[in-house]
Amino acid sequence: MTTRSAPRTRRTLRTAGAGVAALLALSGCSSAGSGDAGSSSEPSGTLTVFAAASLQESFTKLGKTFEKQHPGTEVTFNFGGSDTLAASITSGAPADVFAAASTRTMRTVTDRDATAGPPRTFVRNRLEIATLPGNPDRIDSLEDLTRPGLKVVLCDRTVPCGAAAQSALRTGGLRLTPVSYEEDVKSALTKVVLKEADAAVVYRTDVRAAGDKVEGVEFPEAVEAVNDYPIALLRDAPNPGAAGAFIDLVKSAEGRKVLTAAGFLAP
Amino acid sequence: MTGARAQGPAPAGPGPGPHAPPRRPARRTAGRRAPLPLLIPAAAGLAFLLLPLLALLVRAPWRSLPEQLTSAEVWQALRLSLVCATAATVLSLLIGVPLAWLLARTDFPGRGLVRALVTLPLVLPPVVGGVALLLAFGRNGVVGQWLDAWFGITLPFTTTGVVLAETFVAMPFLVISVEGTLRAADPRYEEAAMTLGASRFTAFRRVTLPLIAPGVAAGSVLAWARALGEFGATITFAGNFPGRTQTMPLAVYLALQNDPAAAVALSLVLLAVSIAVLAGLRDRWMTAS
Amino acid sequence: MPVRTRRSETEKDEEKDGADDDHDGHHGHHHGDGHHGRHGDDGDPHAREGGRSGMTAPGDAAPGPAPAPARGEGLDARLVVDRGAFRLDIALTAAPGEVVALLGPNGAGKTTALRALAGLVPLTDGHLRLDGTALDRTPPESRPVGVVFQDYLLFPHLSALDNVAFGPRCRGAGKAEARARAAEWLERMGLSEYAGVKPRRLSGGQAQRVALARALATRPRLLLLDEPLAALDARTRLEVRAQLRRHLARFEAVAVLVTHDPLDAMVLADRLIVVEHGRVVQEGAPSDIARHPRTDYIARLVGLNLYRGRAEGHTVRLEAGPAVTTTEDLTGPVFVAFPPGAVTLHRERPTGASARNLWRCEVAGLETHGDQIRADLTGELPLTADLTTVAAAELGLHPGTPVWAAVKAAQTHAYPA
Repeated sequence: MTTRSAPRTRRTLRTAGAGVAALLALSGCSSAGSGDAGSSSEPSGTLTVFAAASLQESFTKLGKTFEKQHPGTEVTFNFGGSDTLAASITSGAPADVFAAASTRTMRTVTDRDATAGPPRTFVRNRLEIATLPGNPDRIDSLEDLTRPGLKVVLCDRTVPCGAAAQSALRTGGLRLTPVSYEEDVKSALTKVVLKEADAAVVYRTDVRAAGDKVEGVEFPEAVEAVNDYPIALLRDAPNPGAAGAFIDLVKSAEGRKVLTAAGFLAP
Repeated sequence: MTGARAQGPAPAGPGPGPHAPPRRPARRTAGRRAPLPLLIPAAAGLAFLLLPLLALLVRAPWRSLPEQLTSAEVWQALRLSLVCATAATVLSLLIGVPLAWLLARTDFPGRGLVRALVTLPLVLPPVVGGVALLLAFGRNGVVGQWLDAWFGITLPFTTTGVVLAETFVAMPFLVISVEGTLRAADPRYEEAAMTLGASRFTAFRRVTLPLIAPGVAAGSVLAWARALGEFGATITFAGNFPGRTQTMPLAVYLALQNDPAAAVALSLVLLAVSIAVLAGLRDRWMTAS
Repeated sequence: MPVRTRRSETEKDEEKDGADDDHDGHHGHHHGDGHHGRHGDDGDPHAREGGRSGMTAPGDAAPGPAPAPARGEGLDARLVVDRGAFRLDIALTAAPGEVVALLGPNGAGKTTALRALAGLVPLTDGHLRLDGTALDRTPPESRPVGVVFQDYLLFPHLSALDNVAFGPRCRGAGKAEARARAAEWLERMGLSEYAGVKPRRLSGGQAQRVALARALATRPRLLLLDEPLAALDARTRLEVRAQLRRHLARFEAVAVLVTHDPLDAMVLADRLIVVEHGRVVQEGAPSDIARHPRTDYIARLVGLNLYRGRAEGHTVRLEAGPAVTTTEDLTGPVFVAFPPGAVTLHRERPTGASARNLWRCEVAGLETHGDQIRADLTGELPLTADLTTVAAAELGLHPGTPVWAAVKAAQTHAYPA
């Protein structure tokens, strides 16, 4: 295990280019355990999945299913902002599977040849407006968000949901000054859940996950700002056998069922 | 910090002899080497603290640095950071020093518990602190809803919110530092002041405060530094909007998402400014005391 | 109730007061001794009273029990303070101009008494009146009390001048006025050139005087001194004691000083109150207490062998066993005291009849005491004896040496218990 990871760490450190990468490697907290990577017939051992924060609910559920289907396996997840996860992976964090919330983010990983084979899009996600329960401000469109006096939070444009929101606004030819550019989609949603903001532009899945704490409002510009979610087996995966089996599960009909229930769209 | 105690009656020479004691007693044992069991961990400790900073320097994008630093947003964030950290320190002083006095000089039931509560923000993850602030002072918060209803004041997403968030995490450092100094200071000076006609407040202001000034200064520096680096509570409570609530740590964090080089550049700026300010203050205060 | 004569002195004497105190002869400061600006102290009706001509040397003090202050002037207190298992319960009265010393061993409660007078510890019971005004409930900052603390507690961040000006400033004087008044006090103390000096650069004696000036600058009606000389080394002490005595003699209101040093107490105070275990065990003029100690503690302090016994004529049967022949003719419970120097030691039983009192003892310990040897004896009557080094050598004394101790009846002193 250690002998295998050492050269990889050295290489990625060289390629990562930034000193921060070393820092980020520390934050990739899960370890790959001692999965037996040799036998690809029956998955076993520990499987480490790095996945975008918006996948938390559905992937956790699928992880349980996986462990049931393959006794002797244990799935550990590292959910977070896609870019942060990508940086950890390119810095050598030991992971088997990476599921990102945008193809652009996945590209930073494939650009460094860190995946084994090309990534596949397994779901898509669409933006939705999250409003307070009962939609007291009567928000029906993206344009309504530009009304003065309304407190709107967006994701920062450096994260996928923020980039998507900007492109939707561009499509609608709208100018929106939010009260805050949140660091990720979950904190944008939290501001509405806590009623600190009147509305947030987040993913459909997040609105769904929040239950009745927020109310979702669809808007046509969202079609132009759909996020593809790619998933890939990583080249230095400590447990590639189990990783492949997990990706299969995600893409299976059963996986699709769980994901669509969470609000994702089929690719 | 020991100034309060060190002021014993001077050795009584028979003559007038106001011989000044050496300003700084030579504490170093000249020519003797520090014992290895201390030296080795000390060197390791120093290396551990400095290596990450060194790594930042080594991997800094020196070539693109000038261009990174000319961006108006960087200076905006830096200015906001300095203003907010200073305001948070001042606020901490105004409410933290009296609190420290209360903890050190009075006896009331449950004081131990109060002291533990005061230090709570130290162990609380800052993001949780931010959520707690939202629940208290947010638009819909326990106190915040009344602020909103009565005065039309909302704190989240404002610069004031940044100051509050920073104060929340930074003030415990000040309180602990000042309380420690107060405990070490001789309370009888306050009594002496009272026998001279000073109310407890006057005694505090004119006698105790000058006596503990070094401790207050040290605590302020700690609090200021902590406030300057504050991220979690700030972004959670005050959000992130350039020029209004986006301080340097927030700018660094967000730059990290897709431009690590820019993040390193920003960190360097923050580091350089903090080192300059702390070194300046340290020199001034430590020689003044 | 003897009314003290100096009470009857009128304000005319007081006018002189400032002048004849200023024997250092600085002119233009006739108002500078604290009388000036008094019209501002409206709240103190007694401010102009209690004048005296500064002749209170210890020997002049009215002997015997405490002179009751006339017309409610001066200090009248019963201090009861409970501190855990310890209880302080002492009565304390003093007339203006009088210097009272609380003398007692460590832990006797002297400092607690002082703190109670200053208002720094609350009274559990009792009362406290100063010049007829009840102060029991008055917070320390409102009491007309000045305190010189044991280690002076000069504010280290303020110059000597600002230390002294602190009190007047807190009592409402303007900044300039307070500093002017402070400068006058420093001049009185001979410290003008140290006005700008920080306390840590003052010698012990100078610091003591600054502390005294600081306490006096508020024109207190009660001056408290806590072990005023304890922080000084032996040589400085002698000098400062003499200065302090002068300043106390000039002070027109009540002064209470706390000390465990009998010499300080006797030199500085008009009257001693001996406190042990929170109680007053004896009080009176220093000379009286020195001559008639009533507890072992005081006897040790004044250097006397003291015994309790029952007198029948010239013979006192001691509780310790043997009898002592005295010159006094008394009946009933008495104390018998004699100084160690009155004891003569013999290896053989003396044959002469000059010493009426003779006891068989054994040397328990020897120590040098000045230029003499002090011998602690056990045996028939435990006692201490002083003898010259030569005598000690001639007798060949060692711990364990059996000796005969003799005291002439004329050198013993018996007084009613």
